This record gives sequence, structure tokens and C-alpha cells, in this order.
Amino acid sequence: MQLTDVWFVVIAVLWIGYFFLEGFDFGVGILTKLLARDRAERRVLINTIGPVWDGNEVWLLSAGGATFAAFPEWYATLFSGFYLPLLVILVCLIVRGVAFEYRAKRPEERWQRNWEHAIFWTSLITAFLWGVAFANIVRGVKIDAEMEYVGGLTDLFNPYALLGGLVTLTLFTFHGAVFTALKTLGDIRTRARRLATGVGAAAAVLAVVFLLWTQADRGDTASLVATVVAAVALLAALGTNLAGREGWSFTFSGLAIVAAVAMLFLSLFPDVMPSTLNEEWSLTVTNAASTPYTLKIMTWCAAIATPVVLLYQGWTYWVFRKRIGTHHLAPSGGH
Amino acid sequence: MNLALAPETLARWQFGITTVYHFLFVPLTISLATLTAVLQTAWVRTNKEKYLKATRFWGKLFLINIAMGVVTGIVQEFQFGMNWSAYSRFVGDIFGAPLAFEALIAFFMESTFIGLWIFGRDKLPKKLHLATIWLVAFGTIASAYFILAANSWMQHPVGYRINEETGRAEMTDFFGILFQNTALAQFFHTMTAAFLTGAAFMVGISAYHLLRKKHIPVMRSSLRLGLITLVAAGLLTVVSGDRLGKIMYEQQPMKMASAEALWETQAPAPFSVFSYGDVDKGHNKVAIEIPGVLSFLAHDNFHEAVPGINDTNAQLREKYKAGTGLDDYRPNIPVAYWSFRWMIGFGMASFTLGAVGLYLTRRRFWLAERLRTGEDEMPRLALTRNRELNPRLGTWYWRLSVLTLGFPLIANAWGWIFTETGRQPWVVYGVLPTSAAVSPSVSQVEVLTSLIVFTSLYALLAVIEVRLLVKYVKAGSPELTEADLNPPTRIGGGSAGADADADAEDRPMAFSY
Repeated sequence: MQLTDVWFVVIAVLWIGYFFLEGFDFGVGILTKLLARDRAERRVLINTIGPVWDGNEVWLLSAGGATFAAFPEWYATLFSGFYLPLLVILVCLIVRGVAFEYRAKRPEERWQRNWEHAIFWTSLITAFLWGVAFANIVRGVKIDAEMEYVGGLTDLFNPYALLGGLVTLTLFTFHGAVFTALKTLGDIRTRARRLATGVGAAAAVLAVVFLLWTQADRGDTASLVATVVAAVALLAALGTNLAGREGWSFTFSGLAIVAAVAMLFLSLFPDVMPSTLNEEWSLTVTNAASTPYTLKIMTWCAAIATPVVLLYQGWTYWVFRKRIGTHHLAPSGGH
Repeated sequence: MNLALAPETLARWQFGITTVYHFLFVPLTISLATLTAVLQTAWVRTNKEKYLKATRFWGKLFLINIAMGVVTGIVQEFQFGMNWSAYSRFVGDIFGAPLAFEALIAFFMESTFIGLWIFGRDKLPKKLHLATIWLVAFGTIASAYFILAANSWMQHPVGYRINEETGRAEMTDFFGILFQNTALAQFFHTMTAAFLTGAAFMVGISAYHLLRKKHIPVMRSSLRLGLITLVAAGLLTVVSGDRLGKIMYEQQPMKMASAEALWETQAPAPFSVFSYGDVDKGHNKVAIEIPGVLSFLAHDNFHEAVPGINDTNAQLREKYKAGTGLDDYRPNIPVAYWSFRWMIGFGMASFTLGAVGLYLTRRRFWLAERLRTGEDEMPRLALTRNRELNPRLGTWYWRLSVLTLGFPLIANAWGWIFTETGRQPWVVYGVLPTSAAVSPSVSQVEVLTSLIVFTSLYALLAVIEVRLLVKYVKAGSPELTEADLNPPTRIGGGSAGADADADAEDRPMAFSY
């Protein structure tokens, strides 16, 4: 296996990790309006991800940094090409991060309500736009011989990409609902399970249609296997959720995300950003990559750092493993 | 196209605004993380409540600040690709690696352990909880190193070659890039300036409460920690700044000449205190100068020649014209000249205030018995061994400390404006002109949109952030609860023993959003 292939896999893994982890915290953000009935319940939701959302988001920064370092041409084409959607994502991530950290820092109801609106909308928009972005990457966009994006903004909002956006939106909401059922106590836990059934069914239908469409377009055997795994995992997540097996249900919803994102990367390979204008102009793992020397240095770094990161991030989840109910919240919020 | 609205100009403004804004939070985050960790260490070691209260108080301000630092940092990582795609393609092989390392090694560490520190108060034993804030502090510093190494490569590219076939820069010596003298000097200077910033902030806020005779034990200890840090960091900022200046003189003579508005080569070269230049005619109309000092800044002696702007420009033209087609290698001279002065002026004002304060509030050295104060008393400002400072002047000392607490922030901003605009017209010095670095596929409207969006969002967030800071500054140090004073002895919460565990199940969290 060439180093360029290794780095394609590393970047896929970073995105998978990002969508697995921030997937549920986008979902939890969306549930603040979909599920929570009052302020206390919204606080329970926010506190289930309070200690971990920031660490989850670093997976995105690592994916971005790794893309810049390993495939500079991919990084340059992608971020300059998807300029305005990316701008919206960045604005959402900024507002969302501030919202989590500042909401409890004042007791006034209006202050808290505004930040809660912000959490909902930014989670919703970002969850949707990531699907749009990834669908476009896989489907291919108008890239010229100079590797520059020459399409317009409307080209990015084609039916396939919009379907991709709905898939990530529903899938992350489902993942978040299952996570909520696993992490909370009391009434909200029961209702989270009920909501998960409906959202999960919608996510399953949309995801299967989207993945089959992708499969028909650019798939191979490996991506077909991933599609099947994703579909089976979604069904298993729905079934175990109905049976009240929350740990298993979360495992399966997570597996579904892993398999679905892996499917997209498998159908992308060996391209990293196909051109719809001319196949010759597509960005591939070869023509978009850094030099072997850079990739070697990076491989050493990743090989040493990644296990350590996984270890301490995993430990964090273990430290905060207890369920949260409304009665666990200190009356006035953060001090 | 109208030059003022050219994508390059807009992209530069955007980079300047987002970077200066981001860097308001960075130095405070770096220094407050460490200072909070120091205070928490003092609590763990002495068990004195004032240290725990101080930890809570500064920790809260630190958190309000780091939240903004983290979210504005996301833009930093992505805007290279958005606005500077030609740059990203050209240098990605080199520039991307430190960024990826920063995320993998530093960002993960700070973001994960900050969560543990915030929510872990009733979940982690005392020492483990202390370790989390130290890891956050370490993460912030490591992060600074990687990004400064990347920036240093733009100031002074080393360890690379240009691939003629692809027209891209390629890395040949990673450790040469990571540990070149520019990187070490920039890191040293940025770190000392960061601690100067946090220290002035701490001194100013402590002074605010001492002026009102409130929270005396906590603020007294904080003041002392702040003053010592301010003086030590201030001295080291001077030393590191001198070192960085000499490196800059060697590597970018034009930046040094511009910083001094030194149009003609002079020996010995003077340090300019004030000048008013006529850029078009290539000389200054008015100038107040100290003889020989610029020679010292560049060469460590008071007589050697320092090349001026006009000579340097001619040399650079001869060297680079064939490759770049550029005629003019001068940065914006007034910006370079004044930013350099504001940086030094604002930074040194804070340092001076710190040195005066450290002397006035000394505890034993050259101080009569009757002027010494205990831990719970207001510190006395002693002018000589037996004489206190006139109370009115004393009040002014506290007031000045409050009023100048943001001075180093201004100094930092000017420092970055100086070093980045002073490098122009290059984005990578001597290798890639800034005009060749922008995204060809991004339209003027797009850049203008993002410039307006980020600027207004940042302005709005600044108002929110400052008001929140003011609220928590005024509130002073919080009262401690039973739970605060009895941290758990086991990971996950609770103490040894089955009863305590069952009880812990339903206990409210010590901290929640």
C-alpha cells in the first residue's frame, strides 16, 4: 500500500470519527427543539454533550489539517470551490461553540433562550450542509484542468446533494436521539427512544436510497459491502431501540454512520474530487498528494499521536459515563 | 478592477481582521491556562481556600476567553484553502504538516482536557483534576509552537526545494523547518508576550478589587502572581524581541529599515523616536532620533552601517525582478514604522507599571516592620523603607493598572500587523508574492461577503464576550461549597465506601451548563 493510499484512509477515518462523534452532538442540538419540552430538559440534553463536544470537533480540525498536509490540491480546490457553503458552516460552528459555552453564564431567560435557538439552528444547518458537501465531493463537480472549481453555487444544490443533506440530517438526529436515550434518565429517555423510532425509519429509507444511488453511479464491490453493512446496522439500531437495548442501539447507529461514510470514501477512491467536465481533470490520490517525504513524516506523527488521543478521549467518555436526569442539574447552572 | 476592492486586497483585510481578532484570545488563553494551573497547584499543595477561590475566579475568565479562541481558530485553519488556494497548493507540502501536527497533538489535548477540567470537579480526584488543567496549558503552548513554526517558514523559508516540474515548494528537511532559528525566536518572543498579556490582565483586575477593598486575600495573592509574572515576562520579552529583531535584520533587511523609516543607509544608524515621512519622495520630513541605537539593534554595536529602504529596494529589485516581475519591494512604510512603535510602547508601558508595582508592594525587602502586611490585609504601597506612597498617588497606581490592563493586547495586535505587513509584497519571503497566492476561483463578491460576515459576527461576539467578562470580573471570587472543599477521591465521583457511592448517584452535578 502506497503512502498516498494510507493517507486517503487516514483522512477517511478522521471524517468517519468526526461524523460518528459530532454526529450525535449535532443530533442532540437538534433535539433541543424536537424533543425537549422545557428548559430543564434542554439543559439535560446540552449537558450530555457538554464535556465532550469540543474534543469531538477537533476531529474536523484534524481532518482539515491532514487534508492540507497530505493532499494540498484537494484542500485548495475543496475549500475555495465550496466557498459559500463552507462559510455558512464556519459561522455555524463559531456560533454553536460560543452558544454551548456562554448559555449558562447568565441567568436571564432571554439570554439562555437565544443561545438555545442558536444551538438548534446551527446544529441543524451544519448537519444538513455536511451531507450536501460530501455528496458533491463523491458525485464530482466542475473542475477545470488547473484543478480549479468553475461551477457556481447553484450547481452544489443538485437533487443528489440535497438528498445527501437530508441523509446526514436525519441520520445525525437519529444518532443523537439514541445517544440521548443512552445518557439520560426519566421521561426524556423514554421519549427519546420513541422519537428515535420515527427519525430512524426516515433516516434508514433516505440513507438506503442515497447509498444505492451512489452505488449505481460509482460503486464497486467494496462499497456495496459497506452499503449492506450500513443498511443492516440501521435496521439493527431500530430494532434494538424498540427493544430498549440502548447501548446496542447506539453501537449500531454509530456503525451505520461509519459504514455509510466509509461507503462514500470507497466509491470515491482513487479519486479525491472527481471532475464532471473531464475525467482527466479529476483530483486523485496521486495528483493531489504531497511528496513521499512529507507523507512519511506525517505517518510517523499520526502513528504515535492517534493511539494516545483515542486513549484519553475514550477515557473522558468513561469518566462521564453516568446518565443525567433533571434532578442532577445544579439549580442555577454554571459556576 | 478597483484596487481597493481587488480580491487580493479583500482577502488580505480578511486575513488581517480574523487573525488579529483570533490573537486577542490566544495570548490570554495561553497565559491564563498556566497561571490558573499555578493557582490550582498552590491550592492542592497548601489547602488554603484563597487559592481555590482564585483558581475558580481566574478559571472562569479563562473559560470565557478560550471559548472565543477555539471557535475563531477554526476559521484560521480553513481560510488558507478558501481565500488563498494558490498559496495552499504552492506550500501545502510544507505548511500543512505543522497544521496537522497542531491538531493531532495540541488541539485534541486542550479540547479534551478542558472538558474534563470544567465538568470533572466532582468526578476526578484532586490531583488528577489538577493534571487536566496542566495538560490544557501544555496543549495551548504546543499549539502555539506548531503554528509559529509554520509562520516562521513564511518569514524565512528553509528546508525546501522548488519542484520545477510542478512549480510547487517541497519539504526536504522537516526538523530544519520545525527548529530553525526564526521559529525558536518567534516562539520565545510570542510566549513571553503572552505571559506579559495575562499578567497585565491579572494585575489590572486584582487592582480593580483592591481599589474597592474587596476579596482582599484572593486578589492580593493574584496581584503578586501577576506582578512577578509581568516583570519576568516583560524582561524576557525585551530580550526575545532583541533576538528576533537581529534575526529579522539578517533575514528581511527591508522590514528592519521600514520599521525605522530609515530611507538612506547610515553608519552609525539612529533609532527613530518620531518621524513624518514623505513616502513618494523617499525621505522623512521630520525626524527625532537617538544616534547609534539602530546599529545596536541590528549588529550589537553602535557604529556599523544599516542599509536603508532605498538601497535595499534596489538590491531586491535586482535579485527578484526577473522571477516576479515586481518593481517595488517596499511594504507600507508608515504602517511598519508605527506598528513597530505601538508594539514596543504599549508592551513596555505595562512592563514598567509592573516593575513599579512589584517594588511598591514588596513584602520584606527594604521595608520597615510597621509597613508589612498580613495575608488578609490590603497591601501597602511603600515608597521608601519608612514611607508610604501618598494615598492619592496610591489610588492612581491601582487605577492605572486597571486602565492599562489591555495594553499588551494592543501591543500583540500591532506586533502581528508589523511582522505580517512588513513582509509584503511577499507571502513567503523571497519565494511567493502575495499577489500570486489568492484563490483564482473565488470571486470578488464571495470574498466581500465573507469579509462582511466575519467582521460583523466578530464584532457582535466581541460585545457579548466583553460584557460577560465584565460581569464575571465584577462578581469577584465565588463562595466555595462543601462539595468544592471535598473533592472526590475516586474517578467518576464519590469516595471509597458503598454508602457514599449510592448517595452520589442522585447528587446534583457540581457543575452543569
